[in-house]
Amino acid sequence: MLEQVIVAGFGGQGVLRIGQMITYAGFAEGKEVTWAPSYGPEMRGGTANCSCVISDEPIGTPVLMEANSIIVMNLPSLHKFEPVVIEGGKLFINSSIIKEKATRTDISVFYIEASDIAAEAGNALGANMVMLGAYVAATGIVQLETLYDLVKQTFTGSKAKFVDSNIECIKAGAEAIKALV
Amino acid sequence: MAVVYKKSEALTDAPLTYCPGCTHGIIHKLVAETLVELGVFDRAIGVGPVGCSALCDFFFACDMFIAAHGRAPAVATGVKRAHPDKIVFTYQGDGDLASIGTAEVVHAAHRGEKITTIFVNNAIYGMTGGQMAPTTLVGQKATTAPEGRSEEHCGKPIRMAEMLATIEGAKFVERVTVNSPANVRKAKAAIKKAFECQIEGKGFAMVEVLSTCPTNWGYSPVEALRWLDENMVPYYPLGNYKNEL
Amino acid sequence: MAKKLMKGNEAIAAAAISAGATHFFGYPITPQSELIEYMARELPKAGGCFLQAESEVAASYMVYGAGGAGARVITSTSSPGLALKQEGLTYMISAGIPCVVVNISRGGPGLGNILPAQSDYFMCTRGGGNGDYYHPCFAPASVQECVDLVRHAFDVADKYRMPVLVLGDGMTGQMMEPCEIPPRQEVKADKPWAADGNHVARGEHNRINAMDLQADVLEAKNEDIQRRLKEIAETEVMYETVDVEDADIVFVAYGTSSRAVKNVLSKAKAEGLKMGLIRPISLWPFPTEAFDKIKKDCKAVIAVEQSCGQMVEDVRLAVLGRWPVEFYGRSGGNPIIPDDVLKMAKDILGGK
Repeated sequence: MLEQVIVAGFGGQGVLRIGQMITYAGFAEGKEVTWAPSYGPEMRGGTANCSCVISDEPIGTPVLMEANSIIVMNLPSLHKFEPVVIEGGKLFINSSIIKEKATRTDISVFYIEASDIAAEAGNALGANMVMLGAYVAATGIVQLETLYDLVKQTFTGSKAKFVDSNIECIKAGAEAIKALV
Repeated sequence: MAVVYKKSEALTDAPLTYCPGCTHGIIHKLVAETLVELGVFDRAIGVGPVGCSALCDFFFACDMFIAAHGRAPAVATGVKRAHPDKIVFTYQGDGDLASIGTAEVVHAAHRGEKITTIFVNNAIYGMTGGQMAPTTLVGQKATTAPEGRSEEHCGKPIRMAEMLATIEGAKFVERVTVNSPANVRKAKAAIKKAFECQIEGKGFAMVEVLSTCPTNWGYSPVEALRWLDENMVPYYPLGNYKNEL
Repeated sequence: MAKKLMKGNEAIAAAAISAGATHFFGYPITPQSELIEYMARELPKAGGCFLQAESEVAASYMVYGAGGAGARVITSTSSPGLALKQEGLTYMISAGIPCVVVNISRGGPGLGNILPAQSDYFMCTRGGGNGDYYHPCFAPASVQECVDLVRHAFDVADKYRMPVLVLGDGMTGQMMEPCEIPPRQEVKADKPWAADGNHVARGEHNRINAMDLQADVLEAKNEDIQRRLKEIAETEVMYETVDVEDADIVFVAYGTSSRAVKNVLSKAKAEGLKMGLIRPISLWPFPTEAFDKIKKDCKAVIAVEQSCGQMVEDVRLAVLGRWPVEFYGRSGGNPIIPDDVLKMAKDILGGK
């Protein structure tokens, strides 16, 4: 198994967090993992992206030129990364924000109203968790339960109150995939 | 036979390499005597500069560093942070401290680094052969100011004691000279206070010592002492600029 | 010891603390910020001293002071900062002061950019300051190797009394991978040469000095430096080889670039092509001996670097005309493109 995923969006949408959650989950399940942020001026307010590799084998470069899966949270990221998906790969689009459709026909495209779904779940900032849930449900790279455990480990102390709403968002994302497939 | 005078135990037996009439020797002696009299010689660490006193690691009998040009306060910072219980001093000239090492001394003072700086100001680059220093007086000739220092071209000389005294972390700053027995006694009293400042853990301390350079000034030793008195002292007033002991 | 996920920068800092480092002096510069921030947060908890200097120059002399006084000391920076630290490095070589210097390099020349690049190879392997010297330089390719090499660097520095450089790049520093950090060791190294203020008990004063006015004295010091460097060159070489013996194409790449080349090797293997990799871990001393494993009829040795061609000079010296030497490089912070590297290799195999 070799999963290469790029997550992209505006800074502040939690795209690096999506990548970290995928990476932590793979690590928790005993797989080889790397996570690498894109890095540069765009970190400050422009688009941000990160690359994750989850594998059963030792990993080569953490810098991805192509990916099995792409998660995009804004329009510039769709334009930049749609060509990078390998043939037969998966493209996850936050369609609450991105109104354009993908043009590729040789990949599976999933439109998820992530921002709306997050708002309905009572967590307006949880669109990234909705996309995470959708991605994991569609790819089966890691178990959803592993993500729930991670959320519980991540949000502690004064932030423990965010545990339930984030898990709700992940679940809602996974449900959205069921409805699409 | 009664011993009425002997060399300080804080100095080695190595012969000094300074020119005849240079006051570095007197200043070395004052620092050495002070370390012994304050009972801190056995835990002193010195940091020498680049310049005429770059060989002072041979002369002071305590553990010694020689830093790169101007970096002595940074080296002393590293030493003091490694051994907070030791007494750490820098011994620097004016090209070293007031030109290439301005940032290091300003920030050591700014951090309130618990070190003592002995700043020997002879208004010229001695070891490199008489080039203009930031402390060279207006009109004073130097090999890189053959017509004399021009204020229009390169500004007035820098006054380090006054400048460092404005910094919060500096707790003792005084300017002295060693061109007469009375001034030597005053210089020693200031050096003693500057070490006490460190021993008491107050902060940064500096003594600026106006010094002669007969060789590069082109005077006899006696003429040099007089020239210092008539030209340097009016521009660099003697006295205490900060005393928070 | 449990593995945990860490960024390279943080892992380097944690490794230094685990290696018993007591002092860190540094100045902020991207992309090594997490390193200095981790040190500021964690070193005092371990009883050590973190101090932010007024400049890289000052930081390198705080290292000179603390290291010369016997402390286990580290500093970190990124390319332009290392250029400023070169003055301190050559003084520490002369004075025989052990320390670890980390360079998380970025694009150059000049201020360049903060993207990952490998264009500091010359500065890090040739003795970047004035005078006759080299110093060891280790280049990690993974976060775990960051940990292992930083710990190793302290021991090498103490053993040979000189600065040891650890060279990563923005990607090494920023990527997150699993690693194990051993528990902190308290180091009581014997440093009878240190100027630690114990001259009275010792019976003589120690002098830490980078100046020797007599020609014979300086020559003797230089001979001693060269003697230690020779011993390092004989005993401290580190490298990894992958499928070199049977390869028709051998790549040479270090650090981040070597990770991209490993992708190239996988793709080549899938196509039935025989390609191998020499990955220098010690950049100085350069692993010349690894090249003896290459078969006689190998078609080419290709240096792959995120630079305009620096390590390739050492590759040519190691190859000594035995095989054609080619170069693939990207600069400006651009990454190695594995498909382009593979195409270049296939073109060579195809006689293009």
